[in-house]
Amino acid sequence: MRRFTLIAVPYLWLLALFLVPFLIVLKISLSDTALAIPPYTPTLDFSGGWSAIKDFFSKLDFENFIFLTEDDLYWKAYLSSLQIAGISTLLTLLVGYPIAYGMVQAPDEWRPTLMMLVILPFWTSFLIRVYSWMGILSNEGFLNQFLLWTGLISEPLIILNTKIAVYIGIVYTYLPFMILPIYAALEKLDISLLEAAEDLGCSRLSAFWLVTIPLSKGGIIAGSFLVFIPALGEFVIPSLLGGSGTLMIGKILWEEFFSNRDWPVASAVAVILLLILIIPIILFQRNEQKAREADQ
Amino acid sequence: MKFRFLTMTASLALFAGAAVAEEVRVYNWSDYIDEALLAKFEAETGIKLIYDVFDSNEVLETKMLAGSSGYDVVVPTGTFLQRQITAGAFQKLDMSKLPNHANMWDVVEKRTAQYDPGNEYSINYMWGTTGIGVNVGKVTELLGEDAPINSLALVFDPANMEKLASCGVHFLDAPSEMIPAALKYLGEDPDSHDPDVIAKAEGVFMPVRPYIQKFHSSEYINALANGDICVAVGWSGDILQARDRAAEADNGVEIAYNAPVEGAQMWFDQMAIPVDAPNPDAAHVFLNFIMDAQNMADASNYVYYANGNKASQALLEEDVIGDPAIYPDEATLDNLFTTTPYDSKVQRVVTRLWTKIKSGT
Repeated sequence: MRRFTLIAVPYLWLLALFLVPFLIVLKISLSDTALAIPPYTPTLDFSGGWSAIKDFFSKLDFENFIFLTEDDLYWKAYLSSLQIAGISTLLTLLVGYPIAYGMVQAPDEWRPTLMMLVILPFWTSFLIRVYSWMGILSNEGFLNQFLLWTGLISEPLIILNTKIAVYIGIVYTYLPFMILPIYAALEKLDISLLEAAEDLGCSRLSAFWLVTIPLSKGGIIAGSFLVFIPALGEFVIPSLLGGSGTLMIGKILWEEFFSNRDWPVASAVAVILLLILIIPIILFQRNEQKAREADQ
Repeated sequence: MKFRFLTMTASLALFAGAAVAEEVRVYNWSDYIDEALLAKFEAETGIKLIYDVFDSNEVLETKMLAGSSGYDVVVPTGTFLQRQITAGAFQKLDMSKLPNHANMWDVVEKRTAQYDPGNEYSINYMWGTTGIGVNVGKVTELLGEDAPINSLALVFDPANMEKLASCGVHFLDAPSEMIPAALKYLGEDPDSHDPDVIAKAEGVFMPVRPYIQKFHSSEYINALANGDICVAVGWSGDILQARDRAAEADNGVEIAYNAPVEGAQMWFDQMAIPVDAPNPDAAHVFLNFIMDAQNMADASNYVYYANGNKASQALLEEDVIGDPAIYPDEATLDNLFTTTPYDSKVQRVVTRLWTKIKSGT
């Protein structure tokens, strides 16, 4: 009985916060747009009894999903989002791993401070931090002023409103999500394993490749998923830092929803995005499960 | 424990807020009022004013169509207002509660009646034109003294845009304004709803697209004023605000606004009360306050937009009422055009074209 309640709580949580909203979005994705409040039809009305409910279901169809296949815009946007999220994840890993590694190597008394420094940016609103990047990267921004002053460049660099700014924004924002799981994995690493490797004639570099990296794999995978999943549907960063050429599914979704007032097509775009995301989430879950079993 | 206490008081405050009648929630465009007026409203009426801002009609419209927005007064532009009235989003105004309505200007009301027949659902707040703002120094440096700063050719002729690209050009991210402008440039009917005619706008935007730094509807005010960009297609008063901010900052940036000689779009921002407004009485008090001649004059003097209030004109400063960029003379007025809302099929064509223009896909 106790076991059952223990399992029921997270499942109820999942049901309330994931499944119910998903079903609502799915329902809208099968409807048609209308000029009304709310702007789609049919709407579910329980007061009409069984026949009204049957009537409601008979009016749903997959028209909007078919529409998405007819215009190559949507596939291009999904692919471009996957590419941007993938490259950002890789960059975050390249920046985050050395930081996590350095934190583990640091003397014990420094670690709480270093940890604090990684978490500290979260105390400022996400939006304000992205806006600050606009101030840093713009043509007349701090970065260009500094570089012009040093004489390294003679013309301001155009960074804001390009893909590069989007990468900078995503890497900066999600860096802690990469550092923390890698740090947790590296912290557990048994130093004596590295000593053994060196005793057996391994150079420091190959010991890092052959021992440290494989043993921190769990952290790398967890960190990568924590960055990749939100980056894929990212809307704020590309719309503030990106230019008009930065095609991302979050922006397409916004346009369907706001410019076209087409909630059904917007919902269909969201349902497909979710399906794309569910695959890595399931892989992630499986990986976690394996790690837990290995621990026991 | 402290945290829980905080959330509890917060939710209590929410319930209390719902119970108190004397509160009005206003949702208006960003940079669109003299903040001193907000304090004056609270002091005069004793009604608590919650003032929120947006920068696109699309965002407002989505909130209206979702219903239960919680706002008592919103400010859509004419074309959007018309569609939202059809959707049943607004309530008719109770003129008996709006004695200051007598101050309104018939010249504007005649035009707004095409969106809101009989002006039953809305009052005019501000109106203006969509035109071109330039950093005079930088543009003449790049294009010479005879740069066509009062013509759409400045932003639609690739030869000009290629030279301007280095100093930064912003376009409004508003297809319902940019596409009519492109059609006007081509000599077509700017208010055309024919997909074949609308498609011709693509030929105007595609050649200049590589030279546009950003499509955005509010960033250009600061960007122009700071000297970050040198040309923006934008709304008259916003560009005049940029002009003022640059003058205040004394940073050597000189901004000028022109309604294009080919013809400029004229638009009307209308205050209306959502059908499910929590406090329609307070909303009427707010509308009446806004229609007061002195208050409306203060607002226009601050934001550099013309208003639909005849009585306020005597109280306007000379650099507002006397500026043809704000209050156009008869000849310019004849050259302005208005547009009507697209139906959902045409809207999809327009949005798709706009996405193609913005992203190249």
